[in-house]
Amino acid sequence: MEVATRFVFGNELLEIAKTNDSFVVCNADTKACGIEAMSELFPNRSYSIGIAEQNLINVASGLAATGFKVFACTFAVFATMRCCEQVRTYICYPKLNVTVVGTHTGLQVGEDGATHAAVEDVAIMGALPNMTIIQPADAVAARSIAHASIGFTGPLYIRLHRNPSPVIYDDSYQFELGKATKILNYGDDVALISTGIMLQKVLDAAGILNAKGIRVRVIDMSTLKPIDEEAVLEAAKATNAIITIEDHSIIGGLGSSVSQLLAEKYPCKVKCIGIPDVFGESGPCEILYTKYNMDTTGIVVAAEKLVAQKNINNRNE
Amino acid sequence: MADFQKLGVHDLKCMSRTIRTDILKMVHAACSGHPGGSLSATDIVTALYFNTLNINPKDPQWEDRDRFILSKGHCCPVLYACLARRGYFEVNELLTLRKYGTKLQGHPDMNKCPGIDMTSGSLGNGIGCAVGIAIAGKVRNKNYKVYVMLGDGECQEGVVWEAAMCAAHHKLKNLIAIVDVNKLQIIDTTEKVMNIEPLADKWRSFGWKVLEMDGHDMVQIVATLDYAKTMEGPVVILAQTVKGKGVSFMEGVAKWHGAAPSNDELARAISEIEGVAE
Ligand SMILES: Cc1ncc(C[n+]2csc(CCOP(=O)(O)OP(=O)(O)O)c2C)c(N)n1
Repeated sequence: MEVATRFVFGNELLEIAKTNDSFVVCNADTKACGIEAMSELFPNRSYSIGIAEQNLINVASGLAATGFKVFACTFAVFATMRCCEQVRTYICYPKLNVTVVGTHTGLQVGEDGATHAAVEDVAIMGALPNMTIIQPADAVAARSIAHASIGFTGPLYIRLHRNPSPVIYDDSYQFELGKATKILNYGDDVALISTGIMLQKVLDAAGILNAKGIRVRVIDMSTLKPIDEEAVLEAAKATNAIITIEDHSIIGGLGSSVSQLLAEKYPCKVKCIGIPDVFGESGPCEILYTKYNMDTTGIVVAAEKLVAQKNINNRNE
Repeated sequence: MADFQKLGVHDLKCMSRTIRTDILKMVHAACSGHPGGSLSATDIVTALYFNTLNINPKDPQWEDRDRFILSKGHCCPVLYACLARRGYFEVNELLTLRKYGTKLQGHPDMNKCPGIDMTSGSLGNGIGCAVGIAIAGKVRNKNYKVYVMLGDGECQEGVVWEAAMCAAHHKLKNLIAIVDVNKLQIIDTTEKVMNIEPLADKWRSFGWKVLEMDGHDMVQIVATLDYAKTMEGPVVILAQTVKGKGVSFMEGVAKWHGAAPSNDELARAISEIEGVAE
Protein backbone atom coordinates (compact mmCIF):
# COMPACT_ATOMS: atom_id res chain seq x y z
CA MET A 1 0.00 0.00 0.00
CA GLU A 2 1.22 3.52 -0.77
CA VAL A 3 0.48 6.59 1.36
CA ALA A 4 1.70 10.18 1.31
CA THR A 5 3.83 11.09 4.33
CA ARG A 6 2.18 14.51 4.58
CA PHE A 7 -1.29 13.10 5.21
CA VAL A 8 -0.08 10.48 7.66
CA PHE A 9 1.75 13.16 9.59
CA GLY A 10 -1.18 15.61 9.56
CA ASN A 11 -3.76 13.00 10.50
CA GLU A 12 -1.59 11.73 13.34
CA LEU A 13 -1.28 15.27 14.70
CA LEU A 14 -5.07 15.51 14.57
CA GLU A 15 -5.33 12.26 16.53
CA ILE A 16 -2.83 13.48 19.09
CA ALA A 17 -4.73 16.76 19.40
CA LYS A 18 -7.71 14.86 20.78
CA THR A 19 -5.85 13.95 23.95
CA ASN A 20 -3.11 16.56 24.04
CA ASP A 21 -3.88 20.27 24.07
CA SER A 22 -0.28 21.45 24.29
CA PHE A 23 -0.03 22.66 20.70
CA VAL A 24 -1.69 24.95 18.18
CA VAL A 25 -1.64 25.12 14.38
CA CYS A 26 -1.28 27.97 11.88
CA ASN A 27 -2.37 27.56 8.23
CA ALA A 28 -1.78 29.60 5.08
CA ASP A 29 -4.65 28.57 2.76
CA THR A 30 -3.06 25.39 1.47
CA LYS A 31 -4.27 21.83 1.70
CA ALA A 32 -0.82 20.86 2.81
CA CYS A 33 -1.11 17.89 5.16
CA GLY A 34 -4.70 17.50 6.36
CA ILE A 35 -4.04 19.35 9.61
CA GLU A 36 -6.28 22.11 8.20
CA ALA A 37 -9.21 20.03 9.52
CA MET A 38 -8.16 21.04 13.03
CA SER A 39 -10.06 24.31 12.51
CA GLU A 40 -13.30 22.32 12.65
CA LEU A 41 -12.32 20.04 15.52
CA PHE A 42 -10.64 22.61 17.73
CA PRO A 43 -11.34 26.11 16.39
CA ASN A 44 -9.52 27.67 19.33
CA ARG A 45 -6.31 25.87 18.53
CA SER A 46 -6.11 26.42 14.77
CA TYR A 47 -5.58 29.80 13.14
CA SER A 48 -6.13 30.78 9.52
CA ILE A 49 -3.49 33.31 8.47
CA GLY A 50 -4.37 33.44 4.77
CA ILE A 51 -1.98 33.55 1.82
CA ALA A 52 0.63 35.41 3.85
CA GLU A 53 3.57 33.17 4.69
CA GLN A 54 5.71 35.85 6.27
CA ASN A 55 2.92 36.66 8.68
CA LEU A 56 2.31 32.93 9.18
CA ILE A 57 5.77 32.64 10.71
CA ASN A 58 5.61 35.87 12.66
CA VAL A 59 2.26 34.92 14.21
CA ALA A 60 3.65 31.47 15.03
CA SER A 61 6.63 33.15 16.63
CA GLY A 62 4.40 35.35 18.78
CA LEU A 63 2.27 32.39 19.86
CA ALA A 64 5.41 30.46 20.75
CA ALA A 65 6.76 33.39 22.73
CA THR A 66 3.78 33.00 25.06
CA GLY A 67 4.53 29.32 25.63
CA PHE A 68 2.56 27.54 22.92
CA LYS A 69 4.05 24.78 20.82
CA VAL A 70 3.16 25.85 17.27
CA PHE A 71 2.94 23.97 13.98
CA ALA A 72 3.09 26.25 10.93
CA CYS A 73 2.18 24.27 7.82
CA THR A 74 2.27 24.99 4.10
CA PHE A 75 4.05 23.99 0.89
CA ALA A 76 7.79 23.78 1.57
CA VAL A 77 8.67 26.11 -1.28
CA PHE A 78 6.84 28.94 0.45
CA ALA A 79 7.44 27.89 4.07
CA THR A 80 11.20 27.93 3.66
CA MET A 81 11.74 30.64 1.08
CA ARG A 82 8.98 33.23 1.14
CA CYS A 83 9.43 33.68 4.87
CA CYS A 84 13.05 32.59 5.16
CA GLU A 85 14.16 35.60 7.13
CA GLN A 86 11.21 35.37 9.49
CA VAL A 87 12.12 31.73 10.19
CA ARG A 88 15.72 32.75 10.76
CA THR A 89 15.30 35.81 12.94
CA TYR A 90 11.98 35.17 14.69
CA ILE A 91 12.13 31.41 15.20
CA CYS A 92 15.70 30.19 15.04
CA TYR A 93 17.49 33.12 16.64
CA PRO A 94 15.14 33.37 19.66
CA LYS A 95 14.95 29.51 19.74
CA LEU A 96 11.17 29.51 19.71
CA ASN A 97 9.14 26.35 19.85
CA VAL A 98 7.84 26.36 16.27
CA THR A 99 7.73 23.39 13.95
CA VAL A 100 7.69 24.45 10.31
CA VAL A 101 5.98 21.72 8.31
CA GLY A 102 6.98 21.92 4.65
CA THR A 103 5.04 19.67 2.27
CA HIS A 104 5.29 18.96 -1.48
CA THR A 105 9.09 18.77 -1.39
CA GLY A 106 11.47 17.80 -4.16
CA LEU A 107 10.55 16.81 -7.70
CA GLN A 108 7.38 15.06 -6.58
CA VAL A 109 5.34 18.17 -7.38
CA GLY A 110 6.00 17.24 -11.00
CA GLU A 111 3.39 19.00 -13.12
CA ASP A 112 3.32 22.19 -11.02
CA GLY A 113 6.83 22.93 -12.24
CA ALA A 114 9.80 24.95 -11.04
CA THR A 115 7.97 27.56 -9.00
CA HIS A 116 6.56 24.89 -6.73
CA ALA A 117 9.40 22.35 -6.58
CA ALA A 118 11.28 22.83 -3.31
CA VAL A 119 14.69 21.45 -4.25
CA GLU A 120 16.75 23.76 -2.04
CA ASP A 121 14.72 23.89 1.18
CA VAL A 122 17.08 21.69 3.22
CA ALA A 123 20.07 23.78 2.16
CA ILE A 124 18.31 26.94 3.28
CA MET A 125 16.88 25.64 6.55
CA GLY A 126 20.13 23.80 7.26
CA ALA A 127 22.14 27.01 7.19
CA LEU A 128 20.08 28.49 10.03
CA PRO A 129 21.63 28.04 13.49
CA ASN A 130 19.41 26.29 16.07
CA MET A 131 17.37 24.59 13.34
CA THR A 132 16.78 20.83 13.42
CA ILE A 133 15.65 19.05 10.23
CA ILE A 134 13.77 15.78 9.96
CA GLN A 135 12.48 13.87 6.94
CA PRO A 136 10.52 10.59 7.08
CA ALA A 137 11.17 7.85 4.55
CA ASP A 138 7.64 6.47 4.64
CA ALA A 139 4.26 6.60 6.36
CA VAL A 140 5.37 4.66 9.43
CA ALA A 141 8.24 7.05 10.00
CA ALA A 142 5.94 10.03 9.40
CA ARG A 143 3.61 8.80 12.13
CA SER A 144 6.46 8.27 14.57
CA ILE A 145 7.86 11.70 13.72
CA ALA A 146 4.49 13.31 14.45
CA HIS A 147 4.78 12.03 18.02
CA ALA A 148 8.43 12.98 18.31
CA SER A 149 7.72 16.51 17.09
CA ILE A 150 5.16 17.07 19.85
CA GLY A 151 7.81 16.24 22.45
CA PHE A 152 10.47 18.33 20.72
CA THR A 153 11.24 21.83 21.96
CA GLY A 154 12.76 24.49 19.68
CA PRO A 155 12.95 25.32 15.98
CA LEU A 156 12.20 22.29 13.84
CA TYR A 157 11.69 21.79 10.11
CA ILE A 158 9.83 18.68 8.97
CA ARG A 159 10.11 17.83 5.29
CA LEU A 160 7.11 15.96 3.85
CA HIS A 161 6.09 14.58 0.45
CA ARG A 162 3.13 15.09 -1.81
CA ASN A 163 2.58 11.73 -3.52
CA PRO A 164 1.85 8.33 -2.04
CA SER A 165 5.03 6.32 -1.55
CA PRO A 166 5.65 2.70 -0.49
CA VAL A 167 5.50 1.73 3.17
CA ILE A 168 8.89 0.32 4.15
CA TYR A 169 9.06 0.05 7.91
CA ASP A 170 6.95 -2.20 10.13
CA ASP A 171 5.21 -0.95 13.23
CA SER A 172 8.21 -1.65 15.44
CA TYR A 173 9.98 1.37 13.89
CA GLN A 174 10.65 4.18 16.35
CA PHE A 175 12.04 7.48 15.15
CA GLU A 176 14.97 8.58 17.26
CA LEU A 177 16.20 12.13 16.83
CA GLY A 178 19.73 12.29 15.46
CA LYS A 179 19.94 8.54 14.85
CA ALA A 180 20.12 7.04 11.39
CA THR A 181 18.46 3.69 10.75
CA LYS A 182 20.76 0.97 9.47
CA ILE A 183 18.30 -0.84 7.26
CA LEU A 184 20.45 -3.52 5.76
CA ASN A 185 24.02 -4.65 5.75
CA TYR A 186 25.08 -7.07 3.01
CA GLY A 187 28.76 -6.19 3.37
CA ASP A 188 31.56 -3.71 2.86
CA ASP A 189 31.64 -2.75 -0.83
CA VAL A 190 29.62 0.47 -0.67
CA ALA A 191 27.23 2.25 1.69
CA LEU A 192 24.09 3.91 0.33
CA ILE A 193 22.87 6.71 2.58
CA SER A 194 19.34 7.79 1.71
CA THR A 195 16.94 10.36 3.04
CA GLY A 196 13.18 10.65 2.57
CA ILE A 197 11.12 8.83 -0.01
CA MET A 198 14.15 7.86 -2.12
CA LEU A 199 14.59 4.92 0.24
CA GLN A 200 12.53 2.46 -1.81
CA LYS A 201 14.64 3.11 -4.91
CA VAL A 202 17.77 2.65 -2.81
CA LEU A 203 16.53 -0.67 -1.44
CA ASP A 204 15.64 -1.83 -4.94
CA ALA A 205 19.12 -0.85 -6.10
CA ALA A 206 20.65 -2.70 -3.15
CA GLY A 207 18.86 -5.89 -4.18
CA ILE A 208 20.09 -5.59 -7.79
CA LEU A 209 23.64 -4.83 -6.66
CA ASN A 210 23.62 -7.77 -4.29
CA ALA A 211 22.58 -10.06 -7.14
CA LYS A 212 25.55 -8.70 -9.09
CA GLY A 213 27.88 -9.54 -6.24
CA ILE A 214 28.29 -6.00 -4.92
CA ARG A 215 27.73 -5.99 -1.16
CA VAL A 216 26.01 -2.84 0.02
CA ARG A 217 24.77 -1.30 3.21
CA VAL A 218 21.71 0.94 3.33
CA ILE A 219 21.23 3.70 5.86
CA ASP A 220 18.17 5.93 6.23
CA MET A 221 19.17 9.41 7.44
CA SER A 222 15.88 10.70 8.83
CA THR A 223 17.49 13.48 10.86
CA LEU A 224 19.26 15.70 8.33
CA LYS A 225 20.48 18.12 10.94
CA PRO A 226 22.24 17.32 13.19
CA ILE A 227 23.46 14.45 11.03
CA ASP A 228 24.30 11.11 12.67
CA GLU A 229 28.10 11.39 12.44
CA GLU A 230 28.72 8.05 14.04
CA ALA A 231 26.62 6.18 11.50
CA VAL A 232 28.32 7.92 8.58
CA LEU A 233 31.84 7.37 9.93
CA GLU A 234 31.17 3.74 10.74
CA ALA A 235 29.90 3.13 7.18
CA ALA A 236 32.82 5.03 5.69
CA LYS A 237 35.40 3.09 7.68
CA ALA A 238 33.81 -0.20 6.70
CA THR A 239 33.34 0.52 2.99
CA ASN A 240 35.51 3.47 1.95
CA ALA A 241 32.76 4.21 -0.57
CA ILE A 242 29.68 6.26 0.22
CA ILE A 243 26.76 7.24 -2.00
CA THR A 244 24.15 9.72 -0.81
CA ILE A 245 20.69 9.80 -2.39
CA GLU A 246 18.13 12.57 -1.88
CA ASP A 247 15.23 14.29 -3.68
CA HIS A 248 16.92 17.68 -3.22
CA SER A 249 19.67 19.70 -4.82
CA ILE A 250 23.11 18.15 -4.41
CA ILE A 251 24.09 21.56 -3.07
CA GLY A 252 23.44 21.93 0.64
CA GLY A 253 21.53 18.76 1.38
CA LEU A 254 22.43 15.31 2.67
CA GLY A 255 25.25 14.91 0.14
CA SER A 256 26.89 18.13 1.23
CA SER A 257 26.62 17.31 4.94
CA VAL A 258 28.07 13.84 4.46
CA SER A 259 30.86 15.13 2.20
CA GLN A 260 31.81 17.86 4.63
CA LEU A 261 31.92 15.42 7.50
CA LEU A 262 34.00 12.88 5.60
CA ALA A 263 36.38 15.49 4.16
CA GLU A 264 37.24 16.47 7.71
CA LYS A 265 37.14 13.15 9.53
CA TYR A 266 37.55 10.26 7.13
CA PRO A 267 38.22 11.12 3.45
CA CYS A 268 37.01 8.34 1.17
CA LYS A 269 35.16 7.86 -2.12
CA VAL A 270 31.87 9.76 -2.19
CA LYS A 271 29.20 10.17 -4.85
CA CYS A 272 26.21 12.49 -4.32
CA ILE A 273 23.00 11.60 -6.15
CA GLY A 274 20.34 14.30 -6.29
CA ILE A 275 19.17 17.21 -8.39
CA PRO A 276 22.06 19.00 -10.08
CA ASP A 277 22.23 22.78 -9.91
CA VAL A 278 18.93 23.30 -11.80
CA PHE A 279 15.31 24.22 -11.14
CA GLY A 280 12.50 21.70 -11.39
CA GLU A 281 10.21 21.56 -14.41
CA SER A 282 6.76 20.26 -15.33
CA GLY A 283 6.51 16.53 -15.88
CA PRO A 284 5.88 13.25 -14.06
CA CYS A 285 8.40 12.96 -11.23
CA GLU A 286 9.58 9.50 -12.28
CA ILE A 287 10.69 10.94 -15.64
CA LEU A 288 12.53 13.70 -13.81
CA TYR A 289 14.20 11.22 -11.43
CA THR A 290 15.42 9.26 -14.43
CA LYS A 291 16.62 12.45 -16.12
CA TYR A 292 18.91 13.13 -13.15
CA ASN A 293 19.96 9.49 -12.61
CA MET A 294 18.10 9.40 -9.33
CA ASP A 295 16.14 6.27 -10.24
CA THR A 296 17.06 2.71 -9.29
CA THR A 297 19.17 2.21 -12.41
CA GLY A 298 21.00 5.47 -11.75
CA ILE A 299 21.85 4.33 -8.23
CA VAL A 300 23.02 0.89 -9.43
CA VAL A 301 25.25 2.41 -12.10
CA ALA A 302 26.72 4.94 -9.67
CA ALA A 303 27.46 2.19 -7.14
CA GLU A 304 29.15 -0.05 -9.70
CA LYS A 305 31.29 2.84 -10.85
CA LEU A 306 32.28 3.89 -7.37
CA VAL A 307 33.21 0.36 -6.35
CA ALA A 308 35.26 -0.06 -9.55
CA GLN A 309 37.12 3.19 -8.84
CA LYS A 310 37.76 2.11 -5.28
CA ASN A 311 39.19 -1.20 -6.44
CA ILE A 312 41.50 0.47 -8.97
CA ASN A 313 42.76 2.77 -6.21
CA ASN A 314 43.31 -0.17 -3.91
CA ARG A 315 45.34 -2.02 -6.57
CA ASN A 316 47.45 1.07 -7.22
CA GLU A 317 48.30 1.53 -3.58
CA MET B 1 -1.20 46.04 -34.73
CA ALA B 2 -2.04 46.97 -38.22
CA ASP B 3 -3.11 43.53 -39.43
CA PHE B 4 -5.13 42.66 -36.36
CA GLN B 5 -8.79 43.56 -36.28
CA LYS B 6 -9.84 44.10 -32.65
CA LEU B 7 -12.81 41.97 -31.79
CA GLY B 8 -16.10 43.62 -30.94
CA VAL B 9 -18.28 42.56 -28.03
CA HIS B 10 -20.13 39.83 -29.92
CA ASP B 11 -16.95 38.20 -31.19
CA LEU B 12 -15.28 38.58 -27.80
CA LYS B 13 -18.12 36.60 -26.26
CA CYS B 14 -17.64 33.86 -28.86
CA MET B 15 -13.90 33.89 -28.21
CA SER B 16 -14.51 33.58 -24.45
CA ARG B 17 -16.46 30.40 -25.08
CA THR B 18 -13.60 29.03 -27.16
CA ILE B 19 -11.11 29.94 -24.45
CA ARG B 20 -13.24 28.33 -21.74
CA THR B 21 -13.44 25.14 -23.78
CA ASP B 22 -9.68 25.24 -24.32
CA ILE B 23 -9.05 25.64 -20.59
CA LEU B 24 -11.19 22.64 -19.71
CA LYS B 25 -9.62 20.45 -22.39
CA MET B 26 -6.13 21.46 -21.28
CA VAL B 27 -6.67 20.77 -17.59
CA HIS B 28 -8.43 17.53 -18.48
CA ALA B 29 -5.51 16.41 -20.66
CA ALA B 30 -2.99 17.39 -17.97
CA CYS B 31 -5.02 15.61 -15.25
CA SER B 32 -4.17 18.57 -13.02
CA GLY B 33 -4.25 22.35 -12.99
CA HIS B 34 -6.51 25.18 -11.94
CA PRO B 35 -9.82 25.56 -13.78
CA GLY B 36 -11.74 27.67 -11.23
CA GLY B 37 -9.66 30.83 -11.30
CA SER B 38 -8.93 30.43 -15.01
CA LEU B 39 -12.65 30.46 -15.80
CA SER B 40 -13.36 33.44 -13.53
CA ALA B 41 -10.68 35.40 -15.39
CA THR B 42 -11.59 34.27 -18.91
CA ASP B 43 -13.79 37.15 -20.04
CA ILE B 44 -11.29 39.74 -18.85
CA VAL B 45 -8.17 38.07 -20.24
CA THR B 46 -9.97 37.49 -23.54
CA ALA B 47 -10.92 41.17 -23.75
CA LEU B 48 -7.32 42.13 -23.01
CA TYR B 49 -5.80 39.90 -25.71
CA PHE B 50 -8.43 40.43 -28.41
CA ASN B 51 -9.27 44.07 -27.84
CA THR B 52 -7.21 46.06 -25.38
CA LEU B 53 -3.56 45.09 -25.59
CA ASN B 54 -1.26 46.61 -28.18
CA ILE B 55 0.82 43.54 -28.98
CA ASN B 56 2.32 41.68 -31.91
CA PRO B 57 2.32 37.88 -31.77
CA LYS B 58 4.90 37.81 -34.57
CA ASP B 59 7.26 39.83 -32.42
CA PRO B 60 6.63 38.78 -28.82
CA GLN B 61 9.65 40.76 -27.59
CA TRP B 62 8.62 44.02 -29.37
CA GLU B 63 9.82 46.59 -26.87
CA ASP B 64 6.91 49.00 -27.23
CA ARG B 65 4.26 46.35 -26.60
CA ASP B 66 1.76 46.54 -23.78
CA ARG B 67 2.63 44.05 -21.06
CA PHE B 68 0.36 41.61 -19.26
CA ILE B 69 1.46 39.86 -16.11
CA LEU B 70 -0.61 37.11 -14.60
CA SER B 71 0.36 37.56 -10.97
CA LYS B 72 -1.95 34.68 -10.04
CA GLY B 73 0.20 32.39 -12.17
CA HIS B 74 -1.66 29.18 -11.33
CA CYS B 75 -4.43 30.42 -13.68
CA CYS B 76 -2.10 30.17 -16.70
CA PRO B 77 -4.46 27.93 -18.71
CA VAL B 78 -6.50 31.03 -19.58
CA LEU B 79 -3.36 32.90 -20.57
CA TYR B 80 -1.94 30.06 -22.67
CA ALA B 81 -5.28 29.63 -24.44
CA CYS B 82 -5.45 33.35 -25.29
CA LEU B 83 -1.83 33.38 -26.49
CA ALA B 84 -2.44 30.36 -28.74
CA ARG B 85 -5.70 31.73 -30.16
CA ARG B 86 -3.97 35.06 -30.76
CA GLY B 87 -1.23 33.30 -32.75
CA TYR B 88 1.78 33.13 -30.42
CA PHE B 89 1.99 29.36 -30.93
CA GLU B 90 -0.04 26.48 -32.33
CA VAL B 91 -3.42 25.83 -30.75
CA ASN B 92 -2.71 22.10 -30.67
CA GLU B 93 0.20 22.75 -28.31
CA LEU B 94 -2.33 23.65 -25.63
CA LEU B 95 -2.82 19.98 -24.88
CA THR B 96 0.83 19.72 -23.78
CA LEU B 97 0.03 21.75 -20.66
CA ARG B 98 2.11 20.52 -17.69
CA LYS B 99 3.66 17.67 -19.68
CA TYR B 100 7.35 16.86 -19.74
CA GLY B 101 9.27 19.13 -22.12
CA THR B 102 6.39 21.57 -22.73
CA LYS B 103 6.54 25.36 -23.11
CA LEU B 104 3.33 25.41 -21.12
CA GLN B 105 4.76 24.84 -17.66
CA GLY B 106 2.46 24.38 -14.67
CA HIS B 107 3.12 28.04 -13.89
CA PRO B 108 4.15 30.61 -16.54
CA ASP B 109 7.83 30.59 -17.58
CA MET B 110 8.91 33.66 -19.58
CA ASN B 111 11.91 31.83 -21.00
CA LYS B 112 9.96 28.87 -22.30
CA CYS B 113 6.73 30.35 -23.64
CA PRO B 114 6.49 33.20 -26.18
CA GLY B 115 4.17 35.99 -25.09
CA ILE B 116 4.74 35.52 -21.35
CA ASP B 117 6.01 38.84 -20.04
CA MET B 118 6.91 37.59 -16.56
CA THR B 119 7.43 34.26 -14.84
CA SER B 120 4.96 33.78 -12.00
CA GLY B 121 3.36 31.20 -9.72
CA SER B 122 4.42 32.33 -6.29
CA LEU B 123 1.55 34.60 -5.29
CA GLY B 124 1.89 38.30 -4.55
CA ASN B 125 4.94 38.99 -6.63
CA GLY B 126 3.69 39.75 -10.14
CA ILE B 127 2.41 43.18 -9.22
CA GLY B 128 5.84 44.26 -7.99
CA CYS B 129 7.35 43.03 -11.25
CA ALA B 130 4.69 45.06 -13.08
CA VAL B 131 5.76 48.13 -11.09
CA GLY B 132 9.33 47.58 -12.32
CA ILE B 133 8.22 47.29 -15.94
CA ALA B 134 6.08 50.42 -15.51
CA ILE B 135 8.97 52.41 -14.01
CA ALA B 136 11.14 51.31 -16.95
CA GLY B 137 8.45 52.51 -19.37
CA LYS B 138 8.29 55.83 -17.61
CA VAL B 139 12.02 56.53 -17.54
CA ARG B 140 12.43 55.44 -21.17
CA ASN B 141 9.45 57.56 -22.31
CA LYS B 142 7.64 54.54 -23.71
CA ASN B 143 3.94 54.62 -24.35
CA TYR B 144 3.18 51.08 -23.33
CA LYS B 145 0.75 50.19 -20.58
CA VAL B 146 1.37 47.50 -18.01
CA TYR B 147 -1.57 45.30 -17.00
CA VAL B 148 -1.35 42.92 -14.09
CA MET B 149 -4.00 40.54 -12.84
CA LEU B 150 -4.21 39.41 -9.22
CA GLY B 151 -6.47 37.06 -7.31
CA ASP B 152 -8.47 38.38 -4.39
CA GLY B 153 -6.91 35.78 -2.11
CA GLU B 154 -3.56 36.89 -3.44
CA CYS B 155 -4.21 40.34 -1.98
CA GLN B 156 -3.55 38.77 1.43
CA GLU B 157 0.16 38.70 0.62
CA GLY B 158 1.89 41.66 2.25
CA VAL B 159 4.17 42.21 -0.72
CA VAL B 160 1.13 43.15 -2.84
CA TRP B 161 0.75 46.22 -0.66
CA GLU B 162 4.44 47.05 -0.77
CA ALA B 163 4.06 47.13 -4.55
CA ALA B 164 0.84 49.15 -4.32
CA MET B 165 2.55 51.76 -2.17
CA CYS B 166 5.51 51.84 -4.54
CA ALA B 167 3.36 52.33 -7.66
CA ALA B 168 1.60 55.33 -6.13
CA HIS B 169 4.87 56.75 -4.84
CA HIS B 170 6.36 56.63 -8.32
CA LYS B 171 3.15 58.00 -9.87
CA LEU B 172 2.90 55.20 -12.38
CA LYS B 173 0.31 56.41 -14.85
CA ASN B 174 0.97 53.45 -17.11
CA LEU B 175 0.02 50.75 -14.61
CA ILE B 176 -3.38 49.04 -14.50
CA ALA B 177 -4.05 46.28 -12.00
CA ILE B 178 -7.08 44.03 -12.23
CA VAL B 179 -8.22 42.02 -9.23
CA ASP B 180 -10.28 38.94 -10.07
CA VAL B 181 -12.65 39.13 -7.12
CA ASN B 182 -14.11 35.61 -7.28
CA LYS B 183 -14.45 35.41 -3.50
CA LEU B 184 -12.86 31.96 -3.19
CA GLN B 185 -9.34 30.72 -2.58
CA ILE B 186 -8.06 27.16 -1.99
CA ILE B 187 -9.66 26.15 1.27
CA ASP B 188 -12.72 28.32 1.51
CA THR B 189 -14.14 31.79 0.86
CA THR B 190 -11.79 34.73 1.11
CA GLU B 191 -14.05 36.07 3.83
CA LYS B 192 -13.49 32.97 5.97
CA VAL B 193 -9.78 32.43 5.29
CA MET B 194 -8.65 36.03 5.69
CA ASN B 195 -11.02 38.88 5.09
CA ILE B 196 -9.64 41.45 2.63
CA GLU B 197 -12.58 43.83 2.61
CA PRO B 198 -13.04 46.74 2.25
CA LEU B 199 -10.86 46.19 -0.79
CA ALA B 200 -11.73 49.36 -2.73
CA ASP B 201 -10.97 51.49 0.32
CA LYS B 202 -7.64 49.73 0.79
CA TRP B 203 -6.49 50.44 -2.77
CA ARG B 204 -7.77 54.00 -2.58
CA SER B 205 -5.91 54.62 0.65
CA PHE B 206 -2.75 53.33 -1.02
CA GLY B 207 -3.11 56.09 -3.63
CA TRP B 208 -4.76 54.16 -6.46
CA LYS B 209 -7.76 55.11 -8.57
CA VAL B 210 -10.37 52.42 -8.22
CA LEU B 211 -12.81 51.20 -10.87
CA GLU B 212 -15.30 48.40 -10.41
CA MET B 213 -16.90 46.17 -13.02
CA ASP B 214 -18.80 42.97 -13.56
CA GLY B 215 -16.02 40.69 -14.77
CA HIS B 216 -18.40 38.65 -16.93
CA ASP B 217 -20.21 41.47 -18.72
CA MET B 218 -18.24 41.95 -21.93
CA VAL B 219 -19.68 45.40 -22.62
CA GLN B 220 -18.62 46.61 -19.18
CA ILE B 221 -15.23 44.93 -19.41
CA VAL B 222 -14.31 46.58 -22.70
CA ALA B 223 -15.64 49.95 -21.58
CA THR B 224 -13.83 49.80 -18.25
CA LEU B 225 -10.53 48.73 -19.80
CA ASP B 226 -10.84 51.53 -22.38
CA TYR B 227 -11.63 54.07 -19.69
CA ALA B 228 -8.79 52.89 -17.43
CA LYS B 229 -6.36 53.56 -20.27
CA THR B 230 -7.33 57.23 -20.32
CA MET B 231 -6.88 57.72 -16.57
CA GLU B 232 -3.79 58.95 -14.79
CA GLY B 233 -2.83 55.77 -12.95
CA PRO B 234 -2.05 53.75 -11.09
CA VAL B 235 -5.54 52.34 -11.60
CA VAL B 236 -7.00 49.19 -10.14
CA ILE B 237 -10.08 47.52 -11.54
CA LEU B 238 -11.96 45.37 -9.06
CA ALA B 239 -13.74 42.79 -11.20
CA GLN B 240 -16.62 40.96 -9.55
CA THR B 241 -16.52 37.42 -10.88
CA VAL B 242 -17.64 33.86 -10.20
CA LYS B 243 -15.02 31.18 -9.71
CA GLY B 244 -15.59 28.41 -12.26
CA LYS B 245 -17.79 30.71 -14.39
CA GLY B 246 -19.56 29.04 -17.29
CA VAL B 247 -19.69 25.51 -15.88
CA SER B 248 -22.65 25.10 -13.53
CA PHE B 249 -21.09 22.44 -11.31
CA MET B 250 -17.85 24.42 -10.95
CA GLU B 251 -19.37 27.81 -10.22
CA GLY B 252 -18.68 28.93 -6.68
CA VAL B 253 -17.30 25.52 -5.63
CA ALA B 254 -13.91 25.68 -3.87
CA LYS B 255 -12.96 22.15 -4.92
CA TRP B 256 -12.57 23.26 -8.54
CA HIS B 257 -9.74 25.58 -7.59
CA GLY B 258 -7.25 22.89 -8.48
CA ALA B 259 -8.92 19.78 -9.85
CA ALA B 260 -9.20 18.28 -13.32
CA PRO B 261 -12.58 17.23 -14.74
CA SER B 262 -13.23 13.57 -15.55
CA ASN B 263 -14.17 12.56 -19.12
CA ASP B 264 -17.82 12.82 -18.24
CA GLU B 265 -17.46 16.16 -16.46
CA LEU B 266 -15.51 17.53 -19.42
CA ALA B 267 -18.25 16.54 -21.84
CA ARG B 268 -20.94 18.11 -19.66
CA ALA B 269 -18.92 21.27 -19.17
CA ILE B 270 -18.26 21.74 -22.88
CA SER B 271 -21.87 21.15 -23.83
CA GLU B 272 -22.93 23.76 -21.28
CA ILE B 273 -20.50 26.31 -22.65
CA GLU B 274 -21.47 25.62 -26.24
CA GLY B 275 -25.14 25.65 -25.27
CA VAL B 276 -24.87 29.31 -24.28
CA ALA B 277 -24.17 30.17 -27.90
CA GLU B 278 -27.67 29.27 -29.06
C1 LIG C 1 3.23 32.53 -2.17
C2 LIG C 1 2.22 31.47 -2.44
N1 LIG C 1 1.58 30.91 -1.41
C3 LIG C 1 0.69 29.92 -1.63
C4 LIG C 1 0.43 29.48 -2.90
C5 LIG C 1 -0.52 28.34 -3.11
N2 LIG C 1 -1.75 28.79 -3.78
C6 LIG C 1 -1.95 28.64 -5.09
S1 LIG C 1 -3.39 29.27 -5.62
C7 LIG C 1 -3.82 29.76 -4.05
C8 LIG C 1 -5.13 30.46 -3.80
C9 LIG C 1 -5.23 31.69 -4.62
O1 LIG C 1 -6.45 32.33 -4.41
P1 LIG C 1 -6.81 33.60 -5.30
O2 LIG C 1 -5.67 34.56 -5.30
O3 LIG C 1 -8.11 34.12 -4.84
O4 LIG C 1 -6.86 33.01 -6.77
P2 LIG C 1 -8.10 32.39 -7.58
O5 LIG C 1 -9.24 32.20 -6.63
O6 LIG C 1 -8.42 33.37 -8.63
O7 LIG C 1 -7.61 31.10 -8.15
C10 LIG C 1 -2.81 29.41 -3.15
C11 LIG C 1 -2.85 29.67 -1.71
C12 LIG C 1 1.13 30.10 -3.95
N3 LIG C 1 0.98 29.73 -5.23
N4 LIG C 1 2.00 31.11 -3.70
